[in-house]
Amino acid sequence: MSGTSPASADRGEVPRSVAMTDAARVTRPHPAWSGHDLDPAQRPALRSMTAEAVAREGVARTRMRLEVLGRERASGRWLDWESELRDRGAAIRRETLSDLDGYLAQLVAKLESRGVIVHRVSTAAEAREVIGRIATENGVTLIAKSKSMATEEIGLTPHLTERGIDVVETDLGEYIAQVAGERPSHIVGPALHMSRQDVTDLFSQMKGEQLPPEPDVLASFARERLRADFRAAQMGICGVNFAAADTGTLVVVSNEGNVDMVTSQPELLVAVMPVEKVIPRLADIGTLVPLLCTAANKELTTAYQTLLNGPRRPGETDGPSQFHCVIFDNGRTRLLGTPQEEILACIRCGNCQFSCPVFRTLGGGHAYGTTYGGPVGAVLSPLLGEATHDRDLPFLCSLCGACAEACPVKIPLDDLLVAGRADYEAEQPTGLESIGWSLWGRLWSTPVLYRATRWATRIAGRLIPAAVLGTLPVARLWATGRTIPDVSHAGERQRAANRHRTGTDGEAR
Amino acid sequence: MSRQAPRTRAVPQPATAQPAACPRRVTLFTTCLADFAAQGPLAAAIEVLEAMGAEVIVPRDQTCCGQPALNSGFPGQAGRVLGQTLSSLDGAEAVVTLAGSCAAMIAHHAEPLLGPAAADRAGVRNLWEFTQFVAAFGDHLDLELDATLTYHDGCHMTRLLGERTTPRQVLGRIRGLRLVEMGDSETCCGFGGTFSAKFPELSVAMADVKLDNAEAADVQYVVSADPGCLMQLQTRADATGRSLRTRHIAEIVRDALRRPA
Repeated sequence: MSGTSPASADRGEVPRSVAMTDAARVTRPHPAWSGHDLDPAQRPALRSMTAEAVAREGVARTRMRLEVLGRERASGRWLDWESELRDRGAAIRRETLSDLDGYLAQLVAKLESRGVIVHRVSTAAEAREVIGRIATENGVTLIAKSKSMATEEIGLTPHLTERGIDVVETDLGEYIAQVAGERPSHIVGPALHMSRQDVTDLFSQMKGEQLPPEPDVLASFARERLRADFRAAQMGICGVNFAAADTGTLVVVSNEGNVDMVTSQPELLVAVMPVEKVIPRLADIGTLVPLLCTAANKELTTAYQTLLNGPRRPGETDGPSQFHCVIFDNGRTRLLGTPQEEILACIRCGNCQFSCPVFRTLGGGHAYGTTYGGPVGAVLSPLLGEATHDRDLPFLCSLCGACAEACPVKIPLDDLLVAGRADYEAEQPTGLESIGWSLWGRLWSTPVLYRATRWATRIAGRLIPAAVLGTLPVARLWATGRTIPDVSHAGERQRAANRHRTGTDGEAR
Repeated sequence: MSRQAPRTRAVPQPATAQPAACPRRVTLFTTCLADFAAQGPLAAAIEVLEAMGAEVIVPRDQTCCGQPALNSGFPGQAGRVLGQTLSSLDGAEAVVTLAGSCAAMIAHHAEPLLGPAAADRAGVRNLWEFTQFVAAFGDHLDLELDATLTYHDGCHMTRLLGERTTPRQVLGRIRGLRLVEMGDSETCCGFGGTFSAKFPELSVAMADVKLDNAEAADVQYVVSADPGCLMQLQTRADATGRSLRTRHIAEIVRDALRRPA
């Protein structure tokens, strides 16, 4: 073991992050809503965030990068063998959800029998507090972390940092986002919103000298700094892609080898997972890993698959002596038995985000103002936690349905987004919007009143200049960047057809 | 392409009761959007259907498929309005609609909104999207048009209705027509119904991407089977000084009709 033991803190050699040294020098500006410290209760309204996002400098370049990825990875068209894999993967996820409690109980028993200390908690706050306590009780000052959306969801890093602990992200994309002070902009590509030049600028500011915009140089810069932290970190934190109930094996996939470092070097390891990461059998990774990698990356597998089976055993040279697994709920199990249960089948490939024209046009997931952006985020975020924030997120979608075709486990994301909108409106107090739609329902379910609105529209279209029409309440929103369509002929064709047939034109009078 | 479409959802398959010859009477579901703002395509569709030998009926009491309310979070109001429209279509032998999105709405949401019995209503069971109908019964039409165009695949027609082939099949029957495929033809134009008003800046930014792709195809017309997409693209093009013109596919087919002298 090359890791420094917690005892070293007592000797005054307090390990601190090398990788994050001089991160304070970074001055790359970003909007408050892309920051890692965005308070969900304080986030701006969706319309203002999205309007800012599409107007940002460089957003077109980001969109084009995402479009290329979307064409390559998220076309919604699956080869025959991919379709078979998709069928099997979708079935395994539904099988899991049919007895989530049972599989979780089996998982916990297996983990404990292997010497893993399991913490099953309900809320995000409980999850971060448990982890904070493990760190402080062991005198930890430096944590090496591998990429995990679950830890983002529970706000883990800020919680630990507030306790004086250095936390360093060791996935390259996640490290870039951390240095920039931003949240990950995509589930599997945290820094996809940045160009090569952006990263060059970021690292050059950190180093205090200009680096060439070359991937090898930039990766080496990060690698050297991270290497020091892998050696010195007293605690590792990793996420979990799949947790096999039958063997108690935690599976983590990665392409950079950093997960192997995080899970093998420090004396103390904490794996963090939400409840739905459990799968029935270890053998299922034969389906789910290729499916995840195909969907996320158009690869059959990642470069590294880390299978964790408990703490270091006698005679072994690597691995933690203390292994914790934190399993949190944060609002998930209450979805079981409801249509929204489907979202728990998600394996976090990020393919729906690549497929989504809204996500791409926004330049990534930041303008959703939540941990998870894109289609999965617009469905999932409003359902998590206390479910008081982000309830309007399902509206941030044009309902094009590309996500449902791109989903490797066949989640009907567009249907869930429609359902999420109804849930949101059902919770709102009676207001202009609900009164308006009630009135609309009354008018348009009564033919004579429908024709009256058509008549009024036609008259308005004839008498009122388009420039004035474009200032009326709803029309004003349409006229933002568009001309007003010509409605001066509304209903004419139908009236002509009926005049011809019946001798009356049926128009309201 | 060895790839295949992954998902077929509840698609209206009039094929189950598909008549061998063109139905003698065709009921036109105008859709509210075309009824209010796309009279040209409606007139064109009526001409095409009549050229196919059908008598076209336009029920007076139809209104809307309910989609605006459903997508705004008011399924109750959506069902109420859809119910009225289905009542106006009851008894129809064949219902043809000008909007792929409205066809998809009815095919996909009528049952969840109105219960299982809705599947047997004429407006659901006998519903055809315009190009589906022309592809099935219009092979005797003599079509010729000297035009260059690109086709935009409307989202709901493509993915919710699962109809990807009939528009190009119909366009392919027009002699002299040149179809130039634009990049990302299946990507959303940013309309999204009330989405366009809730997030106007984002909506028009999406339209700009589509318009850039269409312009790059260097064509006379951007054609689609959805009045909603066309309204979004035309009004955005007009507001930004682009010369690009949109046409509903019914107008292209009508323009291509060669009538016996």
